[in-house]
Amino acid sequence: MNSKRLMSLLGPFIGLLFVVVLFGALEPSFLSTRNLMTVAIQTVIVGLGAIGMTFVIVSGGIDLSIGSVIALSSVVTALAAHAGFSPPVAVMAGVTAGGLCGALNGWLVTRLSIVPFIVTLGMMGVARGVAKWLSAEQTVTPSPEASDALALLASKTATSPGIWITILLAVLMALVLKRTVFGVHTYALGSNEDTARLCGVPVERTKVWIYTLCGVFGGLGGVMTFARLSVGDPTTAIGKELDVIAAVVIGGASLAGGKGSILGSMLGALLMAALANGCNLTGVPNFVQEILIGSIIVAAVAVDRVRSSRR
Amino acid sequence: MSGVEKRFGGVVALGGVDLELRSGEVHALLGENGAGKSTLMKVLSGAITPDGGECRLRGEPYAPAGPVEALESGVAMIYQELNLAPELSVGQNILLGREPRGAFGWIDSAEAEKKVSKALSALGGGELSADSLVRDLGPGQRQLVEIARALVEEAQVIVLDEPTSSLSAEDTEQLFEVVRTLTKRGVAVIYISHFLEEVREIGERFTVLRDGVTVGSGVVSETSMEELVTLMAGRSLDEFYPHVPHEAGEVLLELDELSGEKLPRRASLSLRRGEILGIAGLVGAGRTELMRALFALDPIRSGEVRIGGELASAKNPKERLEQGVGLLSEDRKGEGLALDLDLATNATLSHMSPFSPGGWIKPAARAAAVTHWIERLGIRCTGPSQRTGDLSGGNQQKVALARLLHHDVDVLLLDEPTRGVDVAAKVEVYRVIGELAAAGKAVLIVSSYLPELFGICDRLCVMHRGVLGPAKAVSEWTETEVMNEATRGVKGGAA
Repeated sequence: MNSKRLMSLLGPFIGLLFVVVLFGALEPSFLSTRNLMTVAIQTVIVGLGAIGMTFVIVSGGIDLSIGSVIALSSVVTALAAHAGFSPPVAVMAGVTAGGLCGALNGWLVTRLSIVPFIVTLGMMGVARGVAKWLSAEQTVTPSPEASDALALLASKTATSPGIWITILLAVLMALVLKRTVFGVHTYALGSNEDTARLCGVPVERTKVWIYTLCGVFGGLGGVMTFARLSVGDPTTAIGKELDVIAAVVIGGASLAGGKGSILGSMLGALLMAALANGCNLTGVPNFVQEILIGSIIVAAVAVDRVRSSRR
Repeated sequence: MSGVEKRFGGVVALGGVDLELRSGEVHALLGENGAGKSTLMKVLSGAITPDGGECRLRGEPYAPAGPVEALESGVAMIYQELNLAPELSVGQNILLGREPRGAFGWIDSAEAEKKVSKALSALGGGELSADSLVRDLGPGQRQLVEIARALVEEAQVIVLDEPTSSLSAEDTEQLFEVVRTLTKRGVAVIYISHFLEEVREIGERFTVLRDGVTVGSGVVSETSMEELVTLMAGRSLDEFYPHVPHEAGEVLLELDELSGEKLPRRASLSLRRGEILGIAGLVGAGRTELMRALFALDPIRSGEVRIGGELASAKNPKERLEQGVGLLSEDRKGEGLALDLDLATNATLSHMSPFSPGGWIKPAARAAAVTHWIERLGIRCTGPSQRTGDLSGGNQQKVALARLLHHDVDVLLLDEPTRGVDVAAKVEVYRVIGELAAAGKAVLIVSSYLPELFGICDRLCVMHRGVLGPAKAVSEWTETEVMNEATRGVKGGAA
């Protein structure tokens, strides 16, 4: 299992290495500290979302609402800051908004037994709508003092809190997924829900927690989005859910559930950010970049298929 | 076929198999699970290539490259798991992949109709209509559709793999009629089955495989049941069912008129510590439903469960497990095990608290616990971190059993505990069950394999259409009585 796990991380790792070496050779400034920090900061939002999404996908579910939740949370954070609350309170407000969306997702999935795809597709619209409603369909711009404090989170220095918080949370959640009863239950749900039920796993409760967790990480992503933009934008992060899902899938997770790891998802998120950044630096047009990322997603899954069929 | 061999890595699956099939005969292929029947059939259907020996079809060397080529040579397989598209009609299923093409790739419907009706009439008429949807058919009729598919290609050899395992008595009879019609037309049928009674009814000659080798063949009517069993098992029944002395203690589990949504109907029984109680019955009689209702996997409509004399209700399996009741599912792949996860997770999923203080798992302690059960049950694996799906059926079942042992439940509900398990592992499972009873556990077993129930149980009862008959000591039953009650039921109720 351990060697197999290493194998499944090898794909995204080689992909990342390839991208870094390629762009490093084409454009030396790609490897400058400043640019690498930019890549890291660009990874943060998708990376945070991917941590939560990994839990959802490993459990056999999906969360399409995370892009909208990021937008909602950025608006809520901005509104709280605008209303004069201290930065920590504004952060809490944003994270709580995300957590509530996730909890509602989990509740609907378990109580009404509607498939996660549909529930979170609905939430995708609802959260986006609420974000526009709360912001009166405009960007929310708090006072500079309020937004400057939070903008520190997204600074492009080696001590950038945003980057370190993401790394810390990734390590913590990787341990939670591998080493806690909750994590094992998550894998069990995705691998075979009937077995989980047979073994007395609290299926419904575990699912609610998983979706709540994903919402919380969407909320954190929203806070980081606000920190970068200094405004709460209800139209931000459109389509971000697909980037997040792509990162998790490139990282070796299976949409059928039961497979995936936080480290893999982080590699996937880094791979996409590095590719986007490298393309911009070297003047590769946007459409080429989109074609490349699309191909990588399919290739990542294809490689995984071939490997598991040879078992 | 003579001297056919097949090795998988170091494992010899077939070590020299001889089989002679004559046209127009029903040839029974017998053997325990793991004897090599499935592998031999895969060789025949071209799914795998043998490493040695030769196959001849009508004197010609026969070595199909795949199932399609085998079918074109006239060899068709009817598998246990039927491969039909439920939303298509009978006719569409029969021609699936072989639709006669007309101009521009349109289906030549006149030709299609002709082929379908010819195939259906070759089955001997019957009430199967080409237009009905397969979704609406019962398992027996679906089997006939599969056979009709084979007949479209003028199959000369048809292999039926455990065809009656999910059929009712009527459907079985209808299938036998069809088989007889086919053999009259010169088609040779290889009939794989566990049910010796059936083999006696339909088979003319037989071949017995054991551990990948042909150990005997002959004419069915000249061979006694005992001879066949001994050939298959390779040992006498005494060794097959190891006797572990155990003694019944106080009553632990009582069911009082337990009814599920549909089945069972007012089932009552009582089970003591140190006792093994078997439930016999036909497939679909409601035995699995009884186990599931008892384990709170399915809702209970009425009735009571008492454990240790106290009323014990439960909303879900979690609560039942807390009350010391564990279930071994009959559906090992679909429900019993998470095949993609490692052995350690599967063996401990229901009970991780001993090595997870505060929810954080200590991997070393968990591995130690699992290693204990691997050794105790003789699970053949590379270690606790091996993927469960990579183990053999018997070893998978031991993992599922290890979960109940690890959880240390008092009442074990074992639903078909030896299904899909090879002979050697069966004996070990029987031994473990005996030891559990000796350790004061209460064991309730559902099995469709009657000799097994007679071999290991203390008491036996029979379920018929959801009604559970009274339990009696095994010595007071005969196999015929059990079969009578299973097919006709009994008046009365409580066990």
